[in-house]
Amino acid sequence: MDELFREHILEHYQHPRCKGTLESPDLSFEDANPLCGDRIRMDFKLADGKLAEIRFSGHGCSISQAAASMLCEHVEGMSLDEIKKLGRDDMLEMLGIHLGPVRLKCALLALKTLKAGIYGVNQWPGEDEEEA
Amino acid sequence: MTDSRTGLAGAAESSVAPRAPFDPARVREDFPIFATPRDKKLLYLDSAATSQKPQVVLDAMDRYYRTCNANIHRGVYRIAEEATELYEDARRRFAKFIHAASPREVIFTRNSTEAINLVAYAWGRASLKSGDAIVLTPMEHHSNLVPWHILAAERGVELRFIPMTDTGELEVSALPGLLADGRAKLVSFVHVSNVLGTVNPAAEIARIAHEHGATVLLDASQSAAHMPLDVRALGADFVACTAHKMLGPTGIGMLWGRRELLEAMPPFLGGGEMIREVHLTSSKWNELPWKFEAGTMAIAEAVGLGAAIAYLETLGMDAVFAHDRELSAYALERLAEVPGLRVLGPSADKRGGVVAFTMEGVHPHDVATVLDSEGICVRAGHHCAMPLHDAMGIPASARASFHCYSLREEVDALAEGLHRARKIFAR
Repeated sequence: MDELFREHILEHYQHPRCKGTLESPDLSFEDANPLCGDRIRMDFKLADGKLAEIRFSGHGCSISQAAASMLCEHVEGMSLDEIKKLGRDDMLEMLGIHLGPVRLKCALLALKTLKAGIYGVNQWPGEDEEEA
Repeated sequence: MTDSRTGLAGAAESSVAPRAPFDPARVREDFPIFATPRDKKLLYLDSAATSQKPQVVLDAMDRYYRTCNANIHRGVYRIAEEATELYEDARRRFAKFIHAASPREVIFTRNSTEAINLVAYAWGRASLKSGDAIVLTPMEHHSNLVPWHILAAERGVELRFIPMTDTGELEVSALPGLLADGRAKLVSFVHVSNVLGTVNPAAEIARIAHEHGATVLLDASQSAAHMPLDVRALGADFVACTAHKMLGPTGIGMLWGRRELLEAMPPFLGGGEMIREVHLTSSKWNELPWKFEAGTMAIAEAVGLGAAIAYLETLGMDAVFAHDRELSAYALERLAEVPGLRVLGPSADKRGGVVAFTMEGVHPHDVATVLDSEGICVRAGHHCAMPLHDAMGIPASARASFHCYSLREEVDALAEGLHRARKIFAR
């Protein structure tokens, strides 16, 4: 259990980075995990093919909110091409914990929201790999 | 001896040879899952999601498959007759268990959800027209909301809701007003809330509904295996139950309906067994209850249900209910000691064996994960009652729920686990 509540996860959960909203975002997207009610909204500002600014808001368990905080911190300033390459394993690596199938969705909601917001690809990251 | 408000049958008429006194530690020995070796002792507090199964249920299903597996109602050979007898015996047992007038009023389905859908499709489509209304409550499980959403959209039917207090009790005094214009044709509500634990005054609601000419559907998913249930004393017209919350297997549920209503209804699903005659372009329906049982049914599961009911009868339903209540009261007491904890729902004397709560600053999923590390199984989420959580202004909750095998020491472990969750997140 302490595995799930490692210091860096609790730290991000209680002191989230990039939390809030943007005044006039270029894009916004909101998504939820219907299984548990986790909800994340992201605002984006784009410039020169890069994600210039990102803010997230919402509520949910420590995993979903810490994942959003870590992901936003990671992708701010990144090129859209680089973001496109981010996958499930990148997110899990940032979290650094092993998750069962139910909590996996908590961990991946932020990445799903990010990709749906920027590319309109609204699916659970890694779903194709599972089916293949 | 029936309480006129709740419709709960009293001790005298409800139990068959109860073994006294009720000892949950002894009861627990009948459930092999608790004896299965594992890293940490299993502390199962999620019986509202599904109950554990006693050895007698597993044995009955195993015996059926080993000794008389055959399709029912068809073969004239010995084992087909034995299988048919076991299947129909389960129906008779259940009918008696809920004090139905006849086993013909009991229809096997897949679960409570299908039982409610059966009513929505077969009765609802024949009985409701544009401009009619259905009265529900904000504490319904999605299974008693979504079938009516579908029907309402299809038929132009209005949905109305009995208001609820902050402590999760229905304001029944508002019901006559909801029925006053005579447009409401159905009042459909949950007997015991799967989140709040509230035991609703079913008999009183049914009486008011009938005074206004409305039909009554009772969702007894959370009550049938936890308290004496007398469908006729309650005054319901339809009652939906599911076996897997009643110490029985998954895959089989029960709809009880008043015979004249069921007789008048068209079939739900078409296929084998539900017919009397089939011609190339038309068919005639079978009699009750088989009119509603199309295709090969869950035979082994019915056998398991029969064994589960026989087992519950030996415990005595009043003893099971008293045990649930005692544990709920104890849980409310222990949980009150945990700082920042908000328990949902009414006082112990108004609830069954369900206690849901939220912890300030800690998401229910995180609470459940901390508890899981101690071997404690609780449910976290919206428990298929999203509108109820919306009404309470929370996205989710954690829930502990009990059954006949639940122990006080599990409640103690829950309280300790909650203190621990609080410590982890209080930084």
